[in-house]
Amino acid sequence: MEPFVRLTGVAAPILTGNVNTDVLVRVEAMINVPKGKLGPYCFEVWRYLPDRSDNPDFILNQPAYRNAKILLAGVNFGCGSSREPAVWALWDMGFRCVIAPSFGDIFFNNCFQSGMLPIVLPADVIVSLAEDAKAFGDVAPDFTVDLERQVIIAPSGRQTPFKVDELKRHALLEGLDDIGVTLAIAQRITDFQTADRNARPWVYNV
Amino acid sequence: MGASSLFEKIWSSHVINELGDGFALLHVDRHILHDLNAMKSLVELRERGYAVRNPELTIATPDHGVSSLPGRDINTNAAGTALLRGYLEETKRAGIRAFDVNEDGQGIVHVIGPELGLTQPGHLIVCGDSHTCTHGGLAALGFGMGRSEVIHVLATQTIYQKKPKQMRINFEGVAGHGVTPKDLILYLIGQIGADGGNGHAVEYAGSAIRAMPVEGRLTICNLSIEFGAKVGMIGPDDVAYQYLAGRQMSPKGADWDRALAYWKSLTTDDGASFDHEVSIDVAKVAPQITWGTSPQQVISVEDAIPDPSSGANAADTTAMREALDYMGLTPGRPIAGTAIDAVFIGSCTNSRLSDLREAAAVARGRKVKEGVQAWVVPGSQQVKQAAEAEGLHGVFRQAGFEWREPGCSMCLAANGDLLARGQRAVSTTNRNFEGRQGPGVRTHLASPAMAAAAAVSGAIVDVRKMMV
Repeated sequence: MEPFVRLTGVAAPILTGNVNTDVLVRVEAMINVPKGKLGPYCFEVWRYLPDRSDNPDFILNQPAYRNAKILLAGVNFGCGSSREPAVWALWDMGFRCVIAPSFGDIFFNNCFQSGMLPIVLPADVIVSLAEDAKAFGDVAPDFTVDLERQVIIAPSGRQTPFKVDELKRHALLEGLDDIGVTLAIAQRITDFQTADRNARPWVYNV
Repeated sequence: MGASSLFEKIWSSHVINELGDGFALLHVDRHILHDLNAMKSLVELRERGYAVRNPELTIATPDHGVSSLPGRDINTNAAGTALLRGYLEETKRAGIRAFDVNEDGQGIVHVIGPELGLTQPGHLIVCGDSHTCTHGGLAALGFGMGRSEVIHVLATQTIYQKKPKQMRINFEGVAGHGVTPKDLILYLIGQIGADGGNGHAVEYAGSAIRAMPVEGRLTICNLSIEFGAKVGMIGPDDVAYQYLAGRQMSPKGADWDRALAYWKSLTTDDGASFDHEVSIDVAKVAPQITWGTSPQQVISVEDAIPDPSSGANAADTTAMREALDYMGLTPGRPIAGTAIDAVFIGSCTNSRLSDLREAAAVARGRKVKEGVQAWVVPGSQQVKQAAEAEGLHGVFRQAGFEWREPGCSMCLAANGDLLARGQRAVSTTNRNFEGRQGPGVRTHLASPAMAAAAAVSGAIVDVRKMMV
């Protein structure tokens, strides 16, 4: 996994609540398009008109936000299905960080698995970040997200602190491989199963 | 130790390693793979140099990508052929029991788990599918996960989780005629919102739950994720034990006696504390129907389509307006009478025998309205066979419904089963998201009885008016 330490880039606001994972990536793309190529399928239901041309009203189609790396989002972002390609689609579109008042629980976990930083902040704080993210013509200002210091630095220099669970922060900073970490304590899994087999034999008698 | 909840008892008995801040490494008792993730997960596992740690605790079924067309095989849905072939090859290579497309036992992951007796009280069950909360209907701790977590479980038979907060939802009283478990849970989502359960494990309790058969409980738990709760569960009782007795994978002989004693110890203790508690008087609930593009956008079938100006705030008003626009509905009009193009009865929410009986009772002796495409997709081979044994397929066919093969089908439209842009459907599924049943398709969620009533009426209708 690619480590996440510090990121500088444009922040795009999509403050609609309950953005679901079907909106982030449709199931057909999930099946047929490999990881790494999902960018054009992210927000598919919103970013294209029925004839597949770009919907000019969709914010990520506007020149100022086309290269955004940070997404400012609404409540319950990533609700719905467990599809990890929802995170990959955002990643392939260039996003590395999503800031929302709350997340779908499975999507939230999936972000950490893929090197995407999800940050939880109160809705009013995100609204004020969105104010700072306003574009001038075709140019939107840069924000910096610093995971080491756990702070967001707005274009004005204003700093907004945030908090990520230490275990997840460490894994992101180091780009850790979960499986490697777990297999280092494989003996504990074996010990657990041995004891559990005595306590609940029916679980293992298959 | 003080009073504990069902959830706490199962959680703590599965902890292998405490990691602080509520994080733990948990043992996985059962891992269910499906065709959408099996091949890609197993290939990636192998390429990264890992092996499946406990193939005997893993099981697989094809559901998401299979066509429901009668006479189907793995080639029927061309887009899914490679996925299904890979599913069969990779599970075989890994030594995982995997059902073939038309084999006895095949079906939707969350339908076959309970019916095989694989789902048991106290089990920690995971699957790369958000509706794994369904298994909580039999007092299992089940939750969905993403691809990376699937691979981690394959390699280690464990998963990292942060302990969620706890919520108890009490359904009290007796539901009115024509009001089903689906209506109760949709009503709840309308009350507490699509994010009302975020970060929580939910336990459903109350007299209405205790009186409910297992299949209804599975429907209730299935929709937990639609209000943000990754886990939804119901305490084990005689209803659950009787359901499990004698099933193919249920414990047998001395194992059964030991298991039963253990299961009885899992119920929530008096005085156990919950972070939130909600009570619903089920007598007040009417048949429900969604009007928008989030499950929280739901009303009673006797209500009018809401006006966006009634939104809780500006964001809510905007979301409501966008949803009405997508759905092609006019605020203020009664939702009943809205003409429909299609009806879909199926999915991990409502495709079990009791659901099909409920729909068939409405369809019996009636005809699907001309121009309406009406499908019944049983949740599993077992459900299909049981329904056919009591003649339900005949009832549906005679009424003009298509009787199809088991799978997820039109619930997520990943298998060639989908509707056309602009079409309006009443579906017994779990998600009315934009494009869920095909790009531009408009989905109204409802119970099997309400869906059958809509099929024969050609419009959304209060099923109670059609019942004697």
